[in-house]
Amino acid sequence: MSEIILHWGLTAAQMIIALAMAFAAYRIVIGPRAQDRVLALDAFYVAAMLMLMLFGIRVGSAIYFEVALIIGILGFVGTVALAKFLMRGEVIE
Amino acid sequence: MDAADIPVWVAIIVVALSIAGAILTLLGCVGLARFKDFYSRVHAPTLGTSFGTIFIVMASMLYFFVSGQRPAVHELLILAFVLVTTPVTLMLLARAALYRDRAEANGNVPDPVGQDVVVEPENPAQP
Repeated sequence: MSEIILHWGLTAAQMIIALAMAFAAYRIVIGPRAQDRVLALDAFYVAAMLMLMLFGIRVGSAIYFEVALIIGILGFVGTVALAKFLMRGEVIE
Repeated sequence: MDAADIPVWVAIIVVALSIAGAILTLLGCVGLARFKDFYSRVHAPTLGTSFGTIFIVMASMLYFFVSGQRPAVHELLILAFVLVTTPVTLMLLARAALYRDRAEANGNVPDPVGQDVVVEPENPAQP
């Protein structure tokens, strides 16, 4: 019983996160300016991280947790670097 | 412990927390896609990074605490990291966008504080 609840409930949650990623991807595509795309990329990263955490719950494995942590760190570094680039035109001065 | 050995009420709470977090993330991304200008849009995804992450982290902690595969405090690392870094990144991004808008005289952005801005009165003859 609880296996069925977990399976279908986590599938529904993953579908919702996938829809959220689709909205973020739509904003990445239509822009209109660079900062909108960077913001949407940040939201996309966070949604992907949450999706991997849900996948880890579903599989019952701890490996996906570490993948989610790495995605969170890379999203932070990437967004900061892109914001710095938009501000100054260079990442490392 | 397998997924079939989890008590039913724990499974229901895990699923409810997961769906609540997913719906909040979806709302944030819908706002990101629908708002009109950048300074409105920068607020929307923080729904996903604050309460979406909190709910899904709570679901994951509860599941792994009950199934007992590992201590369930690792998720707090993700939670602390996301909650600390999101304001920093969005603040930097908003400042970069403000800088670009000012440099291009684009949109209705305020002038920098501390500089003398000469505003021409439109009708100086009025008493």
